[in-house]
Amino acid sequence: MARGQSRTRLNRRKFLTGMALAGAGSAPLRADAATNAALTDAATIAPRPSAVRPSAAVAAAETATPKAAAPVAGIPSSDFMVDVIKSLEIEYVPSNPAQSFRGLHESLIDYGGNKKPEFLTCTHEESSVAMAHGYFKIAGKPLLVLCHGTVGLQHAAMAIYNAWCDRVPVIVVGGTDLDAAKRPPGVPTFHSAQDINALVRDFTKWDDQPVSLQHFAQSFVRAYKIAMTPPHEPVAIALDCALQEQTLHDRASLKIPRYVPTAPPQGDMNAVREAARVLAAAERPVIVADKYARTAEGVKLLVQLSETLQAPVIDQKGRMNFPNTHHLFQNARGQALIREADVILGLELSDYWATVNAYIDNGDNDGVGLQESNIRPNARLISVSSIALNTKSNYQDFQRFQVVDIDMAGDAEATLPALIDAVKQALPANRAASLEARGASMKKAWAEARDRTREAASYAWDASPISTARLAMEVYAQIKDLDWSSVGGDRQLSSWPTRLWPMDKHYHHIGGPGGYGIGYNAPAAVGAALANRAHGRFSINFQPDGDMMFGPGVLWTAVKHQIPLLSVMHNNRAYHQESMHVQRMSSRRNRVAALGKDIAPIGTRLENPTIDYAKLASSMGLWSAGPIIDPGELAPVLKKAVQAVKAGEPALVDVVTQPR
Amino acid sequence: MKDKVKPLLVACASATLVALTAPNSALAASAERGKVAYIQNGCWQCHGTVGQGSIMTSGGKRLAPEPMPWEAFLSFVRSTNRTMPPYSEMILSDGDLADIYAYLQSIPKPPDANSLPLLKP
Repeated sequence: MARGQSRTRLNRRKFLTGMALAGAGSAPLRADAATNAALTDAATIAPRPSAVRPSAAVAAAETATPKAAAPVAGIPSSDFMVDVIKSLEIEYVPSNPAQSFRGLHESLIDYGGNKKPEFLTCTHEESSVAMAHGYFKIAGKPLLVLCHGTVGLQHAAMAIYNAWCDRVPVIVVGGTDLDAAKRPPGVPTFHSAQDINALVRDFTKWDDQPVSLQHFAQSFVRAYKIAMTPPHEPVAIALDCALQEQTLHDRASLKIPRYVPTAPPQGDMNAVREAARVLAAAERPVIVADKYARTAEGVKLLVQLSETLQAPVIDQKGRMNFPNTHHLFQNARGQALIREADVILGLELSDYWATVNAYIDNGDNDGVGLQESNIRPNARLISVSSIALNTKSNYQDFQRFQVVDIDMAGDAEATLPALIDAVKQALPANRAASLEARGASMKKAWAEARDRTREAASYAWDASPISTARLAMEVYAQIKDLDWSSVGGDRQLSSWPTRLWPMDKHYHHIGGPGGYGIGYNAPAAVGAALANRAHGRFSINFQPDGDMMFGPGVLWTAVKHQIPLLSVMHNNRAYHQESMHVQRMSSRRNRVAALGKDIAPIGTRLENPTIDYAKLASSMGLWSAGPIIDPGELAPVLKKAVQAVKAGEPALVDVVTQPR
Repeated sequence: MKDKVKPLLVACASATLVALTAPNSALAASAERGKVAYIQNGCWQCHGTVGQGSIMTSGGKRLAPEPMPWEAFLSFVRSTNRTMPPYSEMILSDGDLADIYAYLQSIPKPPDANSLPLLKP
């Protein structure tokens, strides 16, 4: 075949069609005898023109230099959206990029200069939202998360539920393409839905789907305002692609509503006075705080209230509520104090029922387990909580119903100044001596509890796998002289940091995930570390291995955006809670648990093979070390890791640990 | 750094034979076998590998050092009706339980907390 003939017959379009067919199945690449014969025949007959000649336009498109794209007349509408977002001084947009918000994305980085907010590249939407979750708990400000609807929002859903349970605001914007006649077929249509917010409506405080730019401005500011009014909660806005990409011709006609924070709701004053009267008359009052302290001021107020009453405080640690260095911090005697209490004041409790009742998962009562009251029959219960102002039906985060005697639907931190004043007025002058005696007994109990805790920490001190107490104290020794902030949960570490480290600043710990959805800890720690970076604080995270494996990509995000954070692996090589659950089932059913090749029930261990977290981290650019199994090796490695973090980079130390 | 963790089922620093003082136990219990049984039967999951316990999984109670008297230990394991499930003889023999007890007895006391610089107040 002549070369010229070949060119005539195999134009670009046909070549691509052939390649597509080849891609669909490899048969054309292995021509059979019939095909070969046909090709031979074709080569022997005279050349003929194509069935359809390309039009001049097609020919020009295939051969000519592409014309420069015509400039868009007017302003991209998503530029206006950036103006709205900037009006709220949102610092960051941790997001995974997606077609459905490409218009807004482009405006954020090109029109908005990628500053306030700055786009942070995330590898999963669950990480994006959890980063915003952790960030808020340090910064007290929400972040914007862009999600590709519907797939991105589905990825984000668990993290949004965690934020919901933990009463944390996140502004979630889900891109969607509403017009079925205009949106691209295929993938973008798979990713569109009539109502993407339906995915998360059960656990967001408010949502909207604006249909105009002015509507967007109103909705975005409204969403921010609703999210930031206690109880803080996530909100969602579905954002149409067309609305982002249309051209705006009259910018001056659009207004950005001014954001005015809503004053947090305070408990009713009659109820406040009644609560104060009951507390002032109590012989054994106990204060229990969970998601109470929104700010540093909240910690001070609780100290003031507890000192006024010399009442012990049990900190359920949903937030850093109360200094553990204070003699009225009485967590070590929590259950005993509640059993003996005549008045219990609950501040923003997630689960009042579990605070005053005992539940034992032992299969009794036809499998229900033991449930018994843990309080005196005549104990008076008082509650201040804003969550009563925002309860939905489907998800059961509202927990079991508990009758309380004085129930205030209001923000506890906002209510405390009035409650403190009312208590001071209600306390009779002749109570001073008894209050002093109560305080003295608390000081003694606090010191004794401290010694018992130190002694408990000494057990398994030299063990390998390394004890969680030893690990906590080895880390503390390296950071105690720094302005530190513990940005991971510590329950799985037997709470040693919050039991042994002196914590008196509101950022010394940030509480837990809220909904206990695994996959929270690693990204929330990165988000909190991001917020701490602005204050020059040293962020430390004890990172459970199972949680890490849900979204390790957030380590890369930390490196890319230079977020200093020391992650110390609590590597017990298991989904250990589940090891215990399955073991309990086996024993309860009189069966020997099958371990397979592992050392706990099949399906619950992260071993065989073990995971090398140091390599995982270093593959993404982190300073890393480990696995460390000898407690004697911890100090020098941690020292180096601390130096790396102080230099501004994230670091990870893998430590093989006891289960709890 | 090379991972030097050896499987807990295999490792045991010292083989200790302990004659239990319990009146009804003439078993010559082995701490070495007991360590293996302690792991295989899941005791370590809530109580830690050296019986140190945890406020999260054992109510803060320790099994070792100085475990509770054998009779109380045996009775609790067989009939507990609390969070810990009972272990009947069908799934944990008296012999294995005696070995586990021997293992717990073999666990040494930790250093005094006051002697540990990291635990000083």
